[in-house]
Amino acid sequence: MFDLPVLQARNPIIRWSYFVDEWDQIQAALQQHIELTVIAMAIGIVVSSALAGVALRYAWSLPPITAFSSFLYTIPSVALFGLLVPYTGLSRTTAVIPLASYTLLVLVTSIVDGFRAVPAEVRDAADGMGLTPRQRVLQVELPLALPYIVTGLRIATVSTVGLVTVAAIIGQGGLGRLILDGLRRAFWTPMTIGASLSIVLALLLDAATYGAGRVAMPWARRGRAS
Amino acid sequence: MTEQPAIRLDQVSKRFPGSEVEAVRSLSLDIPRGSIVALIGPSGCGKTTTLRMINRLIEPTGGRIEIEGVDVTSRAATELRRGIGYVIQQVGLFPHRTIAQNIATVPKTLGWDRARVDARVEELAELVGLEAEMLDRYPDELSGGQQQRVGVARALAADPPVLLMDEPFGAVDPIVRGRLQDELLALQTRVHKTIVLVTHDIDEAVKVADRIALLNVGGILEQYASADELLRTPANAFVEEFVGEDRGMKRLTLRLVSDLIVTDGAVVDAEADRSAVPPVLRAANSDWFGLTQDGRFLGWVSRQDYEAQPSTALADLPRALPAAQVTPDSTLRRAMEVIMTSDTSTAVVDDGGRFGGVVTLEQIRAGLAAPEGS
Ligand SMILES: Nc1ncnc2c1ncn2[C@@H]1O[C@H](COP(=O)(O)OP(=O)(O)O)[C@@H](O)[C@H]1O
Ligand SMILES: [Mg+2]
Repeated sequence: MFDLPVLQARNPIIRWSYFVDEWDQIQAALQQHIELTVIAMAIGIVVSSALAGVALRYAWSLPPITAFSSFLYTIPSVALFGLLVPYTGLSRTTAVIPLASYTLLVLVTSIVDGFRAVPAEVRDAADGMGLTPRQRVLQVELPLALPYIVTGLRIATVSTVGLVTVAAIIGQGGLGRLILDGLRRAFWTPMTIGASLSIVLALLLDAATYGAGRVAMPWARRGRAS
Repeated sequence: MTEQPAIRLDQVSKRFPGSEVEAVRSLSLDIPRGSIVALIGPSGCGKTTTLRMINRLIEPTGGRIEIEGVDVTSRAATELRRGIGYVIQQVGLFPHRTIAQNIATVPKTLGWDRARVDARVEELAELVGLEAEMLDRYPDELSGGQQQRVGVARALAADPPVLLMDEPFGAVDPIVRGRLQDELLALQTRVHKTIVLVTHDIDEAVKVADRIALLNVGGILEQYASADELLRTPANAFVEEFVGEDRGMKRLTLRLVSDLIVTDGAVVDAEADRSAVPPVLRAANSDWFGLTQDGRFLGWVSRQDYEAQPSTALADLPRALPAAQVTPDSTLRRAMEVIMTSDTSTAVVDDGGRFGGVVTLEQIRAGLAAPEGS
């Protein structure tokens, strides 16, 4: 698709003046990257919660739901963009659909596993004390499923941040644009910056998710009585 | 016309979907207010199913269950359950909530204000014997016995008149179990709940229950009686086998020394003249006599020592140590143990040290022959 010029050895890995000259570009790319990540994750969470809800309610539906999510996961992103462009154009929607789809497998699995790990006697006690099904889910089962869900969110977030770089090929910006730009111009600096920022962003969001999980689960921090 | 029972099961049946046979078949049972009724029977006989039909965790397929004369199905299940305490063997504490939050579950659901909830939590911690510093801990940080106390406190939180307990002490070791049973009995004297307790342990049922309902597979009621009656007159071979060969011995744990008619026995006052001893020994046909002083029991002296030391005053004769004695509220089992393991007679001595007679194997046998309370 691209005619990649041979990178020259003298080309420095990073040219610091680029930061100053192209600061606006870098900032815009970073912001787009974060937006795409957040939107894809938000949609992924909503859709996978619904799918997990169905799977938990009707046990028979878990295999087809998992199969469907796995199937989506196997489609190469570039191919999926190509499939969608005729319908949704070179739009943000076209970028977000695959990104959100890729989160489903890990998120559905982690939510289902989390809820299934809630001890039966805890559920029984909740019912026996007269909590409504809704109270039981929100006050008891969801908090107890959180360790699994947080792990799923961390995996999905890190992989989404990496995948968002591909959205640049359909003109949706993000840090991928800097990388593509560097490739086209045989210029190391934007590539280095784009890739590094993507890695840093993934690590930061991962740490933030982990931290939020710790804050949300104070009971998991305490030592166990022997 | 008898008093209305707190809980009435009227021809209650349960057939689980996909099952050929009924797990519970036409079970009728009246549970008197303020009493502890044990549901007991072999594994799979329908104890848990019966218990869970009372708070509608399981819906019966036939019959009717009333609490205080009101059909349980006339109220929303969640509302009904908030008015019924529920304790299970695995406790089922919420691991993500502190002990205080666990106990506060039902009051919070009922919308009590914070001050009232906090006050109630403290009161319950005291009631079940939990130190206040436990309240801020998480369930994982407590021992099994402490967790079970929290389970009971949580069930009692909104002061429900009825408490359902499914093998509540089945998961703790025998020493802790015994202590928790004692605590339940002590608690019951303060709260006077109507308690339905599922157990498969006949000793537990005998110890804590006012009445025992013995079920057979299929939820068939074989006998519903007081522990003493169940042990004394089993209704059929199944009951007899279930309660065990040692049912006579078990009854010993139910009866107290104070239930017996005890005799005065061979006793003389320590200030009395030595000549008072021979007639007393002869009358009681005994080789030991007790010494008392102002009605207080001092100990046992042997005929041998009395005869070997002809010039010693009674008060100065050697006494057998430790003195064989029981209190009026000792069980007959305890009395029997003391009688069997001492050479002397066995005195009944109250907490104030006053002598109340001697207890013998013959009296225990006579006491067991009669039904309780006669
Ligand atoms: N949810 C259920 N579905 C089908 N059968 C059940 C269910 N719960 C209990 N049973 C059956 O009902 C019978 C009584 O069970 P249960 O009340 O748990 O016995 P127990 O508590 O006396 O050991 C058993 O045969 C058990 O297999
Ligand atoms: Mg059971």
